[in-house]
Amino acid sequence: MNAAPIASASTAGGSLLWLAIILPVVGILASLLSGGRHAERIALLLMPTGFGIAIAIAIFLWRSGQPLVYVIGGFNPPLGIALRADGFSAVMLVTTALIVAAAGFYARAIFATPPGITEARAPLTFWILLQAIWASLNLVFLGGDLFNLYVAIELLTFAAVPLVCLDSRAETISAALRYLLFALCGSVFYLLGVALLYGAYGTLDIVLLSDRVSSEPVVWVAAGLMTAGLLAKTALFPLHLWLPPAHANAPAACSAVLSALVVKGSFFLIVRLWFGVLPNVPHEAVSFILAALGSAAILFGSVLALQQERLKLLIAYSTVAQIGYLFLMFPLVQGPNLWVAEAWSGGIMQTLSHAFAKAAMFLAAGLIAESLGHDRIRDLRGIGAVMPMTLFAFGLGGLSLMGLPPSGGFLAKWLLLKASIEAGRPIWGAVMLSGGLLAAGYLYRVLAPALSSDILHLKAPPRRSREAVALALALTAIALGFAPKAFFDFLQIGRVAVAGGSS
Amino acid sequence: MTAATLAGFIGSALVGLGLYGLITDPQPIRKILGFNLIGSGVFLLFGIVARKGAAAGFAADPVPQAMVITGIVVAFSASALAIALVLRLYEVAGPVSLRSEHTSNKAEK
Repeated sequence: MNAAPIASASTAGGSLLWLAIILPVVGILASLLSGGRHAERIALLLMPTGFGIAIAIAIFLWRSGQPLVYVIGGFNPPLGIALRADGFSAVMLVTTALIVAAAGFYARAIFATPPGITEARAPLTFWILLQAIWASLNLVFLGGDLFNLYVAIELLTFAAVPLVCLDSRAETISAALRYLLFALCGSVFYLLGVALLYGAYGTLDIVLLSDRVSSEPVVWVAAGLMTAGLLAKTALFPLHLWLPPAHANAPAACSAVLSALVVKGSFFLIVRLWFGVLPNVPHEAVSFILAALGSAAILFGSVLALQQERLKLLIAYSTVAQIGYLFLMFPLVQGPNLWVAEAWSGGIMQTLSHAFAKAAMFLAAGLIAESLGHDRIRDLRGIGAVMPMTLFAFGLGGLSLMGLPPSGGFLAKWLLLKASIEAGRPIWGAVMLSGGLLAAGYLYRVLAPALSSDILHLKAPPRRSREAVALALALTAIALGFAPKAFFDFLQIGRVAVAGGSS
Repeated sequence: MTAATLAGFIGSALVGLGLYGLITDPQPIRKILGFNLIGSGVFLLFGIVARKGAAAGFAADPVPQAMVITGIVVAFSASALAIALVLRLYEVAGPVSLRSEHTSNKAEK
C-alpha cells in the first residue's frame, strides 16, 4: 500500500509471472506446429491452466501483501528486465483468463474446423490470435520495463487487428485497416516518449525511473507523447473513430475480447505511466484534461449509442462511453488524501465490471444476430419471449453499465462519486450520474421492444451452453457488486502514493 | 551545429512530415509510408541517445541500438500487416480511400 517495491530481487512466487506469459506463447507455437483442429484443443486446454496460474499469483500476492517480482535471467534492472505484479495486475490477469476462456468456449460453435477437412483459415487464425491476445495482455499487465511494454502493446495490436476482419468482407477489412493505422500512430508516439525518457535518465525500468524523474520539460514532452499515443489505442474521445466499426463488425466472440480486454491493455499502461513512473511529477493539469476528455466521451458516446440502429453498434458506442468513466479516476487519485484509495478502487472496479458486462452483452448480441440473421434494433420485438436467457444476460450486463445496484458497475460509480464529493469536485460526479441516465436510455431502446409480446420466429434457436457463457459473464459483473472489503485492500497492494496538492 | 543537433532536427522533421502524411492523406499506402517516416525519425532519435551514452556515460551506449533493432522489426511487421490488409481490401473492393468511411458506416442499415 505504501512505498515503491524494491526493484532488484525475485520474490516468492515470482516464477509464476513468467509462466503466465510463457504458457499462451507455448500454446501459439504448438498450435502453429500441429495446425488444424489441434489449435482449438490446445487453446481450450490451456485456458483452465492459465486461470489457475492467475489465481496462484493472486494468492501469493494476497499472502505477502507486497508486489511479486521476477528478474528475468537474474540480470537486475537497469540492464535486465523485471516482471512485477501488483493488485491491479493480478485482478486483470484473472479477468483476462476468465474472459478469454469464456470467449473461447462460446466460439467453439463458430470457429470449429469443419469435419472432413484438416485445416480452415478462419478457425486456425482465431484460435492462434486468441492465445496471442492473452499472452500479450499478460505481458502488458506484468511488464516492468517501458520498452518491453512497447513490444507488448504492439503484439496486442497485431493480434487484435486481424480478429476484426476474419470474415474478409470489404467493410471489416477497412475497419481493421483504420484500427491498425490509429494503433500504429499511437505506438510510434509512445516509442518516441520512451526514447526521450531513456535519453534523459538512462533506464526504462518503471521503479528505477520513478525514483529518477523530476518535473522538467523532457518528462512533460515524453509523458505527453506516450499518453497521447496510448489514448489513441484506448479509443478515448476524440480518438475513438476507429472503435465502433471495428468492434461492431467483428465476430461476436472477438468483439467481446476486443471491447472487454484489448482497450483496457493500453488504459492499464496509462495508469502505469502516471501512477507508476511519474508519481512524483505533479499532474493535476493532465488529470483534469484526461477527466474532461473522459466526460466528453461519456456524453458523446452515450448520445451516439442512443442513435444507433444496429445492436452491436449500440454496444460499441456504449464502450466509447464507458471508457470515459475510467479516466474520471485520474483527478481523484492525487496526493495523500483519504479518498485516494476509494477513487483507485473505483477506477479498477469500473475496468473489471465493464469487462465482464461488455463481454456478456457482445456475446448475447452475437447469439441474437445468429438466431435472427440480423441485429436491427427495431426488428427485435418479442426476442425476450423466444430467447429469455440471452436477453437476461444482456439486461444484467446493462444493469452494471447503468450503475444500478447491486452490480460491479454500481460499486465502481459509487466509489468514484463518493471520492469526487469528498474531494470537493462534484462536477465529475455529475457527469457520472448523467452518463448513467443516458445508459438507461439506450438500454431501454433495446429492452422495451425486446420485452413486447409480439411473436418472433428464430432462424435457429441458440445453444443453451453458449447462452450460459454470456449469462455467467453477466452474473460475474453483478457479483462484483458484492465484493468484500478485503478485495479493495487487495487492489491497493503496490499502489504508489502520488505526489500532489491536497486540494 | 553539432552532428547530434543536426540529427535531432532531421529526426523531428521526419516525425513532422510523417505525421502530416498520416493524418491528411486518405490513401492507405501513403498513410503506411507516413507511419514509416515517423518511425525513422524516432529511430534517429534513439541513435542520438546512444551516441550521447545516456545510461552509463560511456562513448556509445549499446542499449538504444538494441531497442532500435527491435523497433525496426516491429515497424516492419506492422507495415507488412498493413500492406496485407490493403492488398486484401483491393482484391475484395477495388481501389479504396479511407476518407469518408465513418460517415458511411453510420448510415448503414
